[in-house]
Amino acid sequence: MIEKDLVIIGGGPSGLSAAKTAAESGLSSLIIERDYKLGGQLVKQTHMFFGSEKQYAKTRGIDIAKILIDDVLSYPNLIEIMTNTAVVGLYNDKVITILHEEKYSKIKARAIIIATGASEKVLAFENNDMPGIYGAGAVQTLMNVYGVLPGQDVVMVGSGNIGLIVSYQLLQAGVNVKCVLEAAGTIGGYKVHASKLKRLGVDIKTSTSVIKAVGGECLQKIITSKLDEKWNFIPGTEETIELDALCVSVGLSPLGNLLSMIGVEMKYVSSLGGLVPMISHSHETSVENVFVAGDVSGVEEASSAIVEGYLTGLIVAQKLGFEHPNYEVLIQDLRSQLDNLRSGPFGEKTRNGLLEIMR
Amino acid sequence: MRITEHPILSFPEKKQIAFVIDGKEGYGYEGDTIAAALHAMGIRKLSHSIHLKRPRGFYCAIGNCASCNMIVDGVPNVRTCVTLLREGMVVKTQENKGEIHD
Amino acid sequence: MLNKTGVPTIDLIKSRFPKEELLVKPKAITECYEEIPCNPCSTSCPFDAISIGEDINKPPQVDFEKCTGCGICVYSCPGLAIMTVQIVHDKARFKIPYEFRPLPKVNDVYEGVNRNGDVITTVVIEKVTLTEKQDRTVLLQVLVPIEFLYEFVTIRRPI
Ligand code: SF4
Ligand code: SF4
Repeated sequence: MIEKDLVIIGGGPSGLSAAKTAAESGLSSLIIERDYKLGGQLVKQTHMFFGSEKQYAKTRGIDIAKILIDDVLSYPNLIEIMTNTAVVGLYNDKVITILHEEKYSKIKARAIIIATGASEKVLAFENNDMPGIYGAGAVQTLMNVYGVLPGQDVVMVGSGNIGLIVSYQLLQAGVNVKCVLEAAGTIGGYKVHASKLKRLGVDIKTSTSVIKAVGGECLQKIITSKLDEKWNFIPGTEETIELDALCVSVGLSPLGNLLSMIGVEMKYVSSLGGLVPMISHSHETSVENVFVAGDVSGVEEASSAIVEGYLTGLIVAQKLGFEHPNYEVLIQDLRSQLDNLRSGPFGEKTRNGLLEIMR
Repeated sequence: MRITEHPILSFPEKKQIAFVIDGKEGYGYEGDTIAAALHAMGIRKLSHSIHLKRPRGFYCAIGNCASCNMIVDGVPNVRTCVTLLREGMVVKTQENKGEIHD
Repeated sequence: MLNKTGVPTIDLIKSRFPKEELLVKPKAITECYEEIPCNPCSTSCPFDAISIGEDINKPPQVDFEKCTGCGICVYSCPGLAIMTVQIVHDKARFKIPYEFRPLPKVNDVYEGVNRNGDVITTVVIEKVTLTEKQDRTVLLQVLVPIEFLYEFVTIRRPI
């Protein structure tokens, strides 16, 4: 069995930044990523990020991915990377079973950081499994990573930041965005994103959702309806929209399956996106030396995931006896960055959610 | 359909890759995943639901939802949205849960 | 309004404009009304004309005395929520961020739209800038009839 100090599961924003600060502290790590490349969902974010300079604000997500990957590659002696590798088993003694190119092997770690991120939720409506109906993030991957268009005429369901941003990026790719549907009475995401769409002629229809999809082998139309305050469809308000792709952006849910494998104490907290681990102030779960960072412990913006990664990397290193020379100062700074990112009205859900999962 | 002009990204021309999809010739480009190449060719139905055999396309494109599983070079349940296309690959729509020796 | 449609009211829009006398020189108009965690407009301004403060959730405030209308904040804002405005005789000159293709050319005439996405006028492209520093956000300088000072926001199709 291979033995490692720190294994980081997930090579997205939080996993990469955790590896960096762990390495800065002198701790070696292995990053395991199931995709064939590092960067997680940053690799498709063509927009400039919000936040402040410390979280790479005004840099495009695609370029932040490059920065974080280059940082990790600059520690070839301390950071080992395995892509195309899936973690298929996790055990309480911190043994990890991995699958790489049809071969299984086992790794024993002193500590583990689970940074598996989140996945897109689905929306229940008739025929929601028809080809042509995609997660908004999937469409973003298809067009921004592979340069392939999802269709000609698209409707977006959900006006959170992802829905608004992907709609704008569809326009940039030359796709006609017919409208954005929002079940709630008001727009979910930042109004600057909403205004950007509206001035380009894309309506955001609030209190509206999809009743059903129509088509044969592929999507051709959707039927929408207005919703009342209790989120019931209002009969007589149905409308038919012709389209060839529907993007669903109704939130993300944390990918905590691995945590459940080792019996980490979990809790369902809807404001954090779903089932999340109970964690200590140092991001440690109920299983000693198993830590979490990023969306797996509560869905937020990628800026927070990066900062959480930096923070967790330092903490784990310190716990394993590799204290960063500037430990206290860095920790304090990172914590105040997180507080700052979360202190506005958009951070309220996270603030409340975190109170519920603190051990 | 592929993007030709984009304000932020550039998609330089890449090497063409030939493969076989359900017995027919297909083309993609270096760096494409199987699902992206199929999509660019206009093929959006990638699999069927197991019981009702309803057509399915990809949903998540990051290897999470299993809605894009196909048989690739005889191996079933390959997540085509995260598997890179290679010259000469033989890709088939999967009709069942997938047998180990196809 | 803003919450439901993405369109600010005219009062809200005007609250971000300086007195018209000041507009003989170009000034930055920040259409960022909400508390969001963001501050690149403030940190990118070389003249310290935009303040947000320690709490990056606070909306930006422009000191119009300090603002030179240079346009750096226009392409630095991730929300594409800033433009500069100047009054030139019977015209208003705007610098707006632009992230679409094909790129307009100088002297092209385009449809000008309001915040609702309706075509309200025609505009002339005066200048198109894209430097390395702008990181792929183009700055368009356009001339618009003065009556659309508080209405014009971006361009649509060429005419
Ligand atoms: S236009 Fe220039 S001077 Fe004025 S606020 Fe923006 S960056 Fe500062
Ligand atoms: S950079 Fe733009 S979005 Fe961010 S606070 Fe300033 S004006 Fe608002």
